[in-house]
Amino acid sequence: MSKTLYDKIWDDHLVHEDNDGTALLYVDRHLVHEVTSPQAFEGLRIQGRKVRKPKLTLAVPDHNVPTTDRSKGISDKQSKIQVDTLRNNCKEFGINLFDVNDKRQGIVHIIGPEQGFTQPGTVIVCGDSHTATHGAFGSLAFGIGTSEVEHVLATQTLIQKKSKNFRVNVNGSLPAGVTSKDVILKIIGTIGTAGGTGYVIEFAGEVIRNLSVEQRMTICNMTIEAGARAGLISPDNKTIEYFKDRPMSPKGENWTKAVAHWKKLFSDSDAKFDKEVNIDAKDIEPLVTWGTSPQDVSPITGEVPDPEKEKDKDRRTAMYRSLEYMGLKPKMKISDIKVDKIFIGSCTNGRIEDLRLAAKLLKGKKIASDVSAMVVPGSGLVKKQAEEEGIDKVFKNAGFEWREPGCSMCLGMNEDQLSSKERCASTSNRNFEGRQGRGGRTHLVSPGMAVAAAIKGYLADVREIN
Amino acid sequence: MEKFVKLKSIPAHIPLMNIDTDMIIPKQFLKTIKRTGLGKSLFYEMRYDESGKLINKFILNNDPYSKSKILLAGKNFGCGSSREHAPWALLDFGIRCVISPSFADIFYNNCFNNGILPIIIDEKSIQELSEYSERKEEIEVDLNEQVILYGNKKLTFDIEPAKKKRLLEGLDNIGLSLKKIPNIEKFENSMNKTKPWI
Repeated sequence: MSKTLYDKIWDDHLVHEDNDGTALLYVDRHLVHEVTSPQAFEGLRIQGRKVRKPKLTLAVPDHNVPTTDRSKGISDKQSKIQVDTLRNNCKEFGINLFDVNDKRQGIVHIIGPEQGFTQPGTVIVCGDSHTATHGAFGSLAFGIGTSEVEHVLATQTLIQKKSKNFRVNVNGSLPAGVTSKDVILKIIGTIGTAGGTGYVIEFAGEVIRNLSVEQRMTICNMTIEAGARAGLISPDNKTIEYFKDRPMSPKGENWTKAVAHWKKLFSDSDAKFDKEVNIDAKDIEPLVTWGTSPQDVSPITGEVPDPEKEKDKDRRTAMYRSLEYMGLKPKMKISDIKVDKIFIGSCTNGRIEDLRLAAKLLKGKKIASDVSAMVVPGSGLVKKQAEEEGIDKVFKNAGFEWREPGCSMCLGMNEDQLSSKERCASTSNRNFEGRQGRGGRTHLVSPGMAVAAAIKGYLADVREIN
Repeated sequence: MEKFVKLKSIPAHIPLMNIDTDMIIPKQFLKTIKRTGLGKSLFYEMRYDESGKLINKFILNNDPYSKSKILLAGKNFGCGSSREHAPWALLDFGIRCVISPSFADIFYNNCFNNGILPIIIDEKSIQELSEYSERKEEIEVDLNEQVILYGNKKLTFDIEPAKKKRLLEGLDNIGLSLKKIPNIEKFENSMNKTKPWI
């Protein structure tokens, strides 16, 4: 019987299945961070349980860590307790930890692939919704709650119900200035923030094939913003090339065996999808969000929508609430929206290719005088690579702050936050009320668009930056 | 985990769609290493103003809703972050049942690990139940019968049998899965042969 890529990975990890379809799924790779794990380890301790396969878990502090000088440790007491707790738990249960001052420390979804811990065809989970990122390599990857983290630690499995198959085809070729961030924003804008609920989405089509693996990560990263369980992209030669010689990649004979397995990871040509959506690349422009849901997208050349034109009553109410929170008026031009802050970073857009693209546009220019801007590399190794290429100097010369790696202002658990009514062009993934700081106003954009906004001081069209 | 069998309460209605987990419990409260004590921070930015004072017009700040055990909400409840702090905060506040036209996936699963019953019913039924919220009249949820009783009416809801059983009996998932260790070992042995690089 023909199968989708999701069907194949699912079947390959089925430990047990009850009559009603409740399945026990094997977990190959488990990522752990300081915020969603303390209660899970505590649960194990209370019950006297062990970690079943400590080697299949990798831990890193990322959400809470300061992005400024770390030589004096973490000043925020509660954050320090969480990071210390992670360290102690990893020691007690024998789990590999990249600690705060390890050069490999970084955002959990960036270091996984970087180290080759992430691998195609595996099931990967983490107590973080953006685990979907790893789907870019053809692994079934999704976020779980802390109770499930505890379940995985104790059993190396997870109780799951199979999702339905959804394929999004992005056809054609991307117009100038349009990046994978715009592609995923377009997809979310099209299917809605709950459009993927109950599904695993496979992204396919010419555009996806032509993207680099890092660009594909941006797409899968935000699958959760469309409500899907996971996002998937079939691995290809680019994927295989990416994993060659990574520290935790298979070696020698195992490499050959692994590659042979990875090459079988695709949806059969006659595989059936429960839902399919086609998007033409020529219809995608550089996008920004105007509201407080990632589905609230508009082309940079467009205007803030008028809720009066919305027929659905609940949606209209939500739009009014968003506009009030965002301090915007219906029908104002998007490019007339003035910004205060720029944030480049996060598991969505904090990789070396994102920083290269941004630096190329920024080179020799200055940010607007009334704007403050920061870059937070996704990992210590991304930071190091960027510094070797002189990218840090481009940012610093333009007026950006160059920070230490972590989640930072994507969710503002550390000091990196927006003040009330401050407006930010951000390369992160969520524009929810209060996400980047109470009252803070987030516009989601690509790294190129973030640079354009930094230079102009307004939301601006990346195609106008030479 | 506490069992869920029947629950009677005046429901609190928050007529918003896409209530995300950042709204349910903002980031500053995720720094805890405990599961308890989050109830006072539930819906923090809707409940308290910037100086930390209660916002009177927010429903959960008013009696009898400050004691509601049932929450009615718009569609796609619990979207966004996977933080289990969201169901922990609801539970700590006293809410054991959330009724919405649809839930985000991770939040939905997290509820069952905390003895919270998420019920999916259509928007029209939510509207009907919301009148009970306005009139401050109780409704009753009976999980075993899979019904919501209100006035002299009732409506039925669907739930997966395995999830229903877990709530009714307050079962510990990990304990159940550990009984399947022989299956897990068999799987691992076979995987060691077919995929030695894992």
